[in-house]
Amino acid sequence: MRANTWAGRNSVEVRDVPDPKILNSRDAIVRITSTAICGSDLHLVDGYVPTMQDGDILGHEFMGEVVEVGSGVPADKLRIGDRVVVPFPIACGACAACAAELYSCCENTNPNAGISEKMFGHPTAGIFGYSHLTGGFAGGQAQYARVPFADVGPLKIESDLTDEQVLFLSDILPTGYMGAEMCDIQPSDVVAVWGAGPVGQFAMDSARVLGAAKVIAIDKEPYRLRMAEQAGHVPVNFDEVDVRSTLLELTGGRGPDKCIDAVGMEATHGSAHIAAYDRVKQAVRSETERPHALRQAIMSCRSGGVVSVIGVYGGLMDKFPTGAWMNRALTLRTGQCHVQRYMKPLLRRIERGEIDPTRIITHTLPLDQAPHGYDIFKNKQDNCEKIVLKP
Amino acid sequence: MSLGLGVAQLAAPDTVRRISGVDDSRRSRTVVPLVGARELVHAAGLLTSRRKGVWAWTRVAGDAMDLTSLGIAIAHRGGRRRRRLLAVTGAVAGITALDVLTAVRATQAKKIRSVPTVRSARRASQGGVMELTAATTVRKPASEVYAFWRDLENLPTFMAHLEQVRTTGDRTSHWAAAAPFGRNVEWDAEIIEETPGERIAWRSIGDADVPNAGTVRFVPAPDGVSTEVHVVLVYEIPGGSLGKAVAKYFGEEPHQQLDDDLRRFKQVLETGEVVRSDGAPWGKRARKEFPQRPAQPLSDAELEKGADA
Repeated sequence: MRANTWAGRNSVEVRDVPDPKILNSRDAIVRITSTAICGSDLHLVDGYVPTMQDGDILGHEFMGEVVEVGSGVPADKLRIGDRVVVPFPIACGACAACAAELYSCCENTNPNAGISEKMFGHPTAGIFGYSHLTGGFAGGQAQYARVPFADVGPLKIESDLTDEQVLFLSDILPTGYMGAEMCDIQPSDVVAVWGAGPVGQFAMDSARVLGAAKVIAIDKEPYRLRMAEQAGHVPVNFDEVDVRSTLLELTGGRGPDKCIDAVGMEATHGSAHIAAYDRVKQAVRSETERPHALRQAIMSCRSGGVVSVIGVYGGLMDKFPTGAWMNRALTLRTGQCHVQRYMKPLLRRIERGEIDPTRIITHTLPLDQAPHGYDIFKNKQDNCEKIVLKP
Repeated sequence: MSLGLGVAQLAAPDTVRRISGVDDSRRSRTVVPLVGARELVHAAGLLTSRRKGVWAWTRVAGDAMDLTSLGIAIAHRGGRRRRRLLAVTGAVAGITALDVLTAVRATQAKKIRSVPTVRSARRASQGGVMELTAATTVRKPASEVYAFWRDLENLPTFMAHLEQVRTTGDRTSHWAAAAPFGRNVEWDAEIIEETPGERIAWRSIGDADVPNAGTVRFVPAPDGVSTEVHVVLVYEIPGGSLGKAVAKYFGEEPHQQLDDDLRRFKQVLETGEVVRSDGAPWGKRARKEFPQRPAQPLSDAELEKGADA
C-alpha cells in the first residue's frame, strides 16, 4: 500500500510499504477513505518530538471501512463493512485510566511505556503515527491501518453524514471541545483562544456552544483570523497590536475569564528578541518548548481564572510564570484529548447542526501529494487551514 | 559553592579580580569570567548528575588549574597584590583539599552503597547476589490475579527471561530460561509458601545454574477493585561465562526488566494479551526498546521470521 512516512527532519515521503496485518486478537484493519494532516504532525516533522525513525508512517486522524477483524473483536461491537472514525489515542478500555475515562493516559497500550515513563514520570497511551515514545504504531496517512482494541475505540457512523463532517471526531474536534470543557464556562465568561489553527477554531466554536459570552481569537495569520471572525469570534492579531492591552480593552480591564492555549511547543512571538531567545534554546535543545502562548495566557488570564492547555508540549520549558499562576489563584488544566469520551456526544452535536466541522477545510489532496500538503500547511501558504487527504 | 563562585565571577569579575590582586592584568579580565563559566558547569554537573563522584573530580581538576594560574600570577607580582594573591592561593589550596576529600568520599560511597550489581558482577566475573523489586496495580480482584500467577505455567507469557514453566507436582515445577538468558539454563523450583489470594514464595531447588527465589504479594488496592502486586526476585549470579550471559541479559538497568515484565502481566490480565505495535511487534520478545523497526506494517517475510529476525 501507499503511505506517507517520516523521512528525517523536515522531510516526508509517500512510499510503498507492506499492507497491515492483524497482530493482536482485538485488532481490526481499516481501509482508509479520508485522513488529515494535524498541526501536531508538524512537531514530528520539525524534529521536536524524540524517537521518530525513518519510515514511520504518520497520521492520527483517519476514518474508513473495516475490512478485517481479529478473533477477539465481538461481532456486536464491530463487523467487516462498518464505517468508522478512529480516535487517535489507543485505549484498552479495561485499566484504571480507561475506567476513569482518561483514555489518552491508558496504562496498557504503549509497548514502549518504559521510555514514556522516563520522559513523563508515568507512561501514556499508544497513539497512531506519533513517534515511538507513544508506542511505535503505524499511522493513518495511508491506504490501510491496523487499529488495536477495535472493540473499544472506533466510532461507527451509521447515518449518511459525509467523511468531511465526521473525520475530525478522530482528534481536533474533541481536542478543541475538551479545551473549552476544561474551562468550566459560565454565561458571563469571556474566553480567549491562542492559536486560530484547526484546533483553536474548534475550541472557539465549542466555547460558544458551551455558552461563553464572548470568544476572542489570537493569531497572526490574517486568513485564520478572518475565518474565526466569519464564525462569529473576535480577532486579535498579535503582529499588529499588543495582546495584553487589547485583551484588557476587550474585557473592560478584567482580562479573559478563561484562556485556552491551542498553540503548543512551537509558538511564535510578536517580539523578535523574545522569539529568538526561545528559538535558540529550543534549537540547542536546552528546552524543548517555545512557550510564548502559554506564558501570555497565564499573564493575561483574570485572577482566579482557568488556563486550559491543549496545544502539545513534549518536554521541558524555561521561565514558566509560576508567580502569576500561584499568586493569582489560576487553575491550569490540560491533557491529550480523551477522544473516546467525546465522540458520541459530539457526533450528536454535528447531526443537530450545532457544530459544522467542515468550515475549516481549505484543501483536499490525494495521499500522494502529502509532502506538498505538509509544506503549505507548515508555511501557511495558499491560506491553508486544514488539509484532508484521500488515499 | 561552585554556583556562588561562578555567579560572582561572571556578574562582578572586577571585584573578584581586585580581591585576588590581579586587577592590574588585562589577561585576567578574560580569565576570571571564563573560570566563572567553568564553575557553573561544575555546579550544574554536581546538582543534576547521578554520578556525583565524577563531577567532584572535575572540581579537583579545576582547582589544580586555578592553583597553576595563581602560581603564575604570584611569580609576576610583589607588594600588596602579592600578599592578596598568597591569601587567595591559601584559600584555594584549602578548597582543593576539601574537594579531593569530597571526591574520594563520593567515589568510595558509591562503591560501598552499591550492593553487588550485575555490572560489578560482570566486571569482577565472580558473580554476586542481585535483588530486584517492582510493583504494579491490576484492575482485577486479588483472587483472580493470584490464581493467574499461581498457575506458574502462565509466567512465560509475560516474563521475558522465561521460555517455559512446567508443573511437575503440587508445589514443584521445572523452569526453562529463554535463550538470551544463557542457553540451556533449566532448573527445578518449589513453592515454599502460599497463602491463597495473598502471597506466593518460591525458590529454585537442586543444583540450579542460577539459584533464584521469588516472592509475590497481592494486596487489595484502596480503590476497592484493584490489586497491588509486589514482586521481589533474587538471583545468585554465578561467575564465569554463564554469569556473564545473565549479566549481559539484564544489562545496565536490571530493574527495567522486571518493570517491563509486570507491565506485560498487567496487559495480559486486563486486556487478554501482550500489546504489540509495528515498532515493537514481538510482545515480550522485544528485548530492547531501541532501536526499533520503523512504525510501518511488517512484510510477510518479517512475519515469517518472527522475533529472531
